[in-house]
Amino acid sequence: MTSTLKISALTKRFAEVAALTEVSLTVAAGERVALLGHNGAGKSTMMKIILGLIPATAGQVEVCGAAPGSAGARRQVAYLPENAAFHPALTGLEQMRHYLSLRGESPSKAMELLEQVGLGPAARRRIGTYSKGMRQRVGLAQTLIGTPRLLVLDEPTSGLDPVSRRDFYALLDGLAARGASILLSSHALTEVEARTDRILILSKGRMVAEGSLADLRRRADLPVMLHVTPRPGAGEAVAAALPGAEPRADGLVLSCGQGEKLAMLARIAALGDLVADLDVAPPSLEDLYSHFSKRDGQ
Amino acid sequence: MSRILATAGTEFRIALRNRWVAIAMVLMALFSLVLAAAGSAPTGGLGVDRLSVIVASLTSLAVYLVPLLALLMSFDAIAGELERGTLPLLLTYPVSRAEVLAGKLIAHLAVLALACAVGYGLAAAAALWADPAASAGLPAMLRLLATSVLLGATFIGIGYALSALSRRPSGAAGLAVGLWLGLVVLYDLGLLAAIVADNGGWFTVHGFPAALLANPADAFRLYNLSASEATAAAAGVGGAAATVPVWQSLTSILLWPVLALALAIAAFRKVIP
Repeated sequence: MTSTLKISALTKRFAEVAALTEVSLTVAAGERVALLGHNGAGKSTMMKIILGLIPATAGQVEVCGAAPGSAGARRQVAYLPENAAFHPALTGLEQMRHYLSLRGESPSKAMELLEQVGLGPAARRRIGTYSKGMRQRVGLAQTLIGTPRLLVLDEPTSGLDPVSRRDFYALLDGLAARGASILLSSHALTEVEARTDRILILSKGRMVAEGSLADLRRRADLPVMLHVTPRPGAGEAVAAALPGAEPRADGLVLSCGQGEKLAMLARIAALGDLVADLDVAPPSLEDLYSHFSKRDGQ
Repeated sequence: MSRILATAGTEFRIALRNRWVAIAMVLMALFSLVLAAAGSAPTGGLGVDRLSVIVASLTSLAVYLVPLLALLMSFDAIAGELERGTLPLLLTYPVSRAEVLAGKLIAHLAVLALACAVGYGLAAAAALWADPAASAGLPAMLRLLATSVLLGATFIGIGYALSALSRRPSGAAGLAVGLWLGLVVLYDLGLLAAIVADNGGWFTVHGFPAALLANPADAFRLYNLSASEATAAAAGVGGAAATVPVWQSLTSILLWPVLALALAIAAFRKVIP
């Protein structure tokens, strides 16, 4: 597979502050990659370097076979900034026609693009009257212009309601299926969990973890949480049978390592009638994320 | 080229929405009509046609108003985009910074040219209506219009440069006002003070004409006063017009826009979004 984005040993310093240190990654065609990290972890800085908006201090970046920010790279890369902003005096339609012209596309496609993100009815209103979510959707619409090979999306779903988020990820799936690579950052970890192929975790400018969600789960080896609800009146008997369980208002919570999970389940099943219900919660992306970003921070 | 025109179209639309087009046109029309009415009195005694006299008055007006309008329209061009947060996205598009500035320049210059054409046109119409012989002054009027656009281009370019250098609209506005005061008002006062102190020495003979040519606003005034035969109607610095050849002031007027735009592009290239 050809890679759309290749970064090796990328370092960026602002005066004495190291924003990125020796970051390397590749993104293949059609791959959806999520970039996670705290505020100030270096996500936006990395995106700006990929886009050629700011220069790198050291390391190599290759975007669609060209230097970041070169005319060749800019023709093939679409960007959605963190807080998409536009001139308030223009209407959504006018702004979109302008962006189409800048990319050498026909301005007549503007309405179709706005309809794709659900802005058809507001297209002829000034952007100054738009809500944050609507501006964000104008931002999304402009990333769909032409056939970009790489989409760089900084917090693309911030300000969107749950339904719009789902529509947005459906749009991304379509783009990825056509072979576009997608690099997005997000704070909404649960969406990223279901909708991306690979996860990168940045912490203080360093790449602390990289892989599919299953990879990261295996590597982190975080405990699985088991939530046991005893039958009425059987609470004490269950607690006695499961030493180490933590009593809660609505039952007992046990944690165990990945390897002990089945043995533990067998023990709970052996209690038979004493147990009314059982829930198993694998470590969430939130848990993984704090695991990886903490480990490096200390 | 299509990218430049697209930018120009969008910027013109923004100027229209922000009422810059209306403000500039009303301002120029108002001042021109006042001058046309006031300038009609001394005609007979000077022996020149009515329109040439009005051109001389309009030159003195334009030298203040055109740079002011140009700076007011341009100071926000880059700093405003930075503050609104629209610049990073724009710069990821396949459009060069020079193309962005060229597009903005075309739009802003169109607004200014429109305002000047309306203002000067009204004054010319008033003069022709009162005195058919005033058509002798039409070439001077066209020269004034063309050089007003060039003067505007110079100050729009300088405005872009200030906008890129200051990075904040408020800072850019302050710099623009300071520059306008300096180049258009204080510069001439300084020169006059220097002449008085010099008392007919080297500066008065060699330094003064060069200093006039170096300032785009003064070059504009020199050219329009010496090219038309209305020098007699002008006073003050205009009196120097007779001593400087026309080709020199014209060269200054033609060079300044190029220089200002080059300065603006260089400053814009240094902006990190």
